[in-house]
Amino acid sequence: MNSIIRLRGITNKFGTKIIHEDLDLDITKGEILGVVGGSGTGKSVLLRTIVGLNQQHDGEIWIDGICATAATREQKRSISRRLGVLFQDGALFSSLTVAQNVQVPLQEHLRLSEELMGEIAALKIALVGLPPDAGPKLPSDISGGMRKRAGLARALALDPNILLLDEPTAGLDPISAAAFDSLIKELSKSLGITVILVTHDLDTLYAACDRVAVLADKKVKYIGQIEELLNVDHPWVHEYFHGPRGRAARPFEA
Amino acid sequence: MLLTVDDTNAEKRIFIGEHLNSQSAGEFENLLSQLPTGDAQSVVIDLSKLQTLDTTGAWLVQKVVKLFQRAGASVVVDGANPTHSALLDHVSDSYRYCEIAPPIQPVIIRILTEIGENTLRVLGLLGALMAFMLRLLATMSIALRHPGQLRWRATAYQLEAIGTRSVPIVGLIAFLIGGVLVTQGAFQLRKFGAEIFVVDMLAISIFRELGVLLTAIMVAGRSGSAFTAHIGSMKLNEEIDAMEVIGMSPMTVLVVPRLIAFVIALPVLTLFANFMGLVGGAFVAWVTLGISPVVFIERAGEALQGWSLWLGVLKAPVFAVVITVCGCFEGLMVENSAVSLGKQTTKSVVEAIFLVIVINAAFAILFTALGI
Repeated sequence: MNSIIRLRGITNKFGTKIIHEDLDLDITKGEILGVVGGSGTGKSVLLRTIVGLNQQHDGEIWIDGICATAATREQKRSISRRLGVLFQDGALFSSLTVAQNVQVPLQEHLRLSEELMGEIAALKIALVGLPPDAGPKLPSDISGGMRKRAGLARALALDPNILLLDEPTAGLDPISAAAFDSLIKELSKSLGITVILVTHDLDTLYAACDRVAVLADKKVKYIGQIEELLNVDHPWVHEYFHGPRGRAARPFEA
Repeated sequence: MLLTVDDTNAEKRIFIGEHLNSQSAGEFENLLSQLPTGDAQSVVIDLSKLQTLDTTGAWLVQKVVKLFQRAGASVVVDGANPTHSALLDHVSDSYRYCEIAPPIQPVIIRILTEIGENTLRVLGLLGALMAFMLRLLATMSIALRHPGQLRWRATAYQLEAIGTRSVPIVGLIAFLIGGVLVTQGAFQLRKFGAEIFVVDMLAISIFRELGVLLTAIMVAGRSGSAFTAHIGSMKLNEEIDAMEVIGMSPMTVLVVPRLIAFVIALPVLTLFANFMGLVGGAFVAWVTLGISPVVFIERAGEALQGWSLWLGVLKAPVFAVVITVCGCFEGLMVENSAVSLGKQTTKSVVEAIFLVIVINAAFAILFTALGI
């Protein structure tokens, strides 16, 4: 299996509370993986652990062949070049314009001319579907949906192979949410990016994800295509996919 | 090799290979700037050696194309595999130029604009503070007529927070200032052989001015900022809105208890600060100047005849109102971000201290005019 990210034996605890215990996960290169789970199952914690914001208590992580747990400083920088992260409200730097935000990773990791950085920023802004006049605006001057796209543009600044999204459609109206789902799908397929999506949004799962990982009992309890998960015999999973919202989200089979 | 040129034939062939991505973009840009463009009629950009291409790389290919087109050559891109071809098309179709930042105006205009904007802002601020204070006083007058509506527990809590908890620090600061004043004053008065007058100087300056000023400034820093932070974080969390919707007036629930507590606490703290200032001064006078406490108390008592004894304490309630108004007003002005909360807290303390000092000066003029 072509795993671009491997987690083995991950244990996360906060004080005496164990969130994950002996968690394993393999993420295939190029796939869009949805991560779901009830409240408190540690979806965001898992995302933060993969990215390195949270240090796991035990276990190892391999990202694109590099062992992230035992990485040198150079290797860590190399990993951060390959990862793009979209935080929940975009997490844009509030005193920089959208275009300047997109340029921050470029300035941090590359040596390019001002002109080229401006062009790359403009390109990313266009690729995520933002209008050109969003470039010189401050994050406080644009809507929530546009902030998420701007955050996505920054996450894509260095053309990462792996994109991690934390509840990307939270707070978006249904039209914007659907547009975001197709944007992610299109970008992933055209640029070959592996995408990990933490989400509650069943519509996103059906519209964009190749596989879905279910967090339960402190592990990745089930992982597979949604069709397979529909038949799983676990009370939470069953309720999730067959409850009223689960059934409403299911694509209509004529 | 990232960029190689083959002009052995009539057409110029430019090979781009193996990995053109954000990593190699810097190097590629350098190579590109050294590339001669003038002499070609027809150019082929050969991508058959290309293995890795990302969007940055696709854009750079576009740049090469545009570079030679501007020089008048006809350009063809050849040899790209289907994935790379699709990416190249996607990037060239999507690209839209955008500005990075809003245009910067010339310095003079910026300075003038800032002066103008700041003047308007300050005037607006003073107006808003006045309006807030008048609304507060109106609310107070209604509240005092219906004592049942007053939040006594909240008032008592604030009294403890503003008053009781400030006692140690106010006492310490007043004590130290008293000592420092005696040291400095004696140093100057020694030239006239008039060291004993340092007692008069200390008593009058502490009781009339410094006691109340230092206490007000100290408590503005502690409690004024606490008001802004607390009310501000409630505003951030939409608790103020929730309160209004339930039918509770934030003014009555949050501001009035704080005002009552402050107006009671500050004069009392001032009394204490005045006392501690004398104690500090007496201590230093005794140790360094040999002025015995008995003599000190006698002289101080004589100096503090008439109004001087009470002027500081009389000013305290006014300062209490100013600090409460600034603290609560800026708290309610907090906008929807963490940055705003910090900014507003700073603003409220600076405003409160500034207004206290200005009003104190106005009082000084007034008292001089009144002959007290």
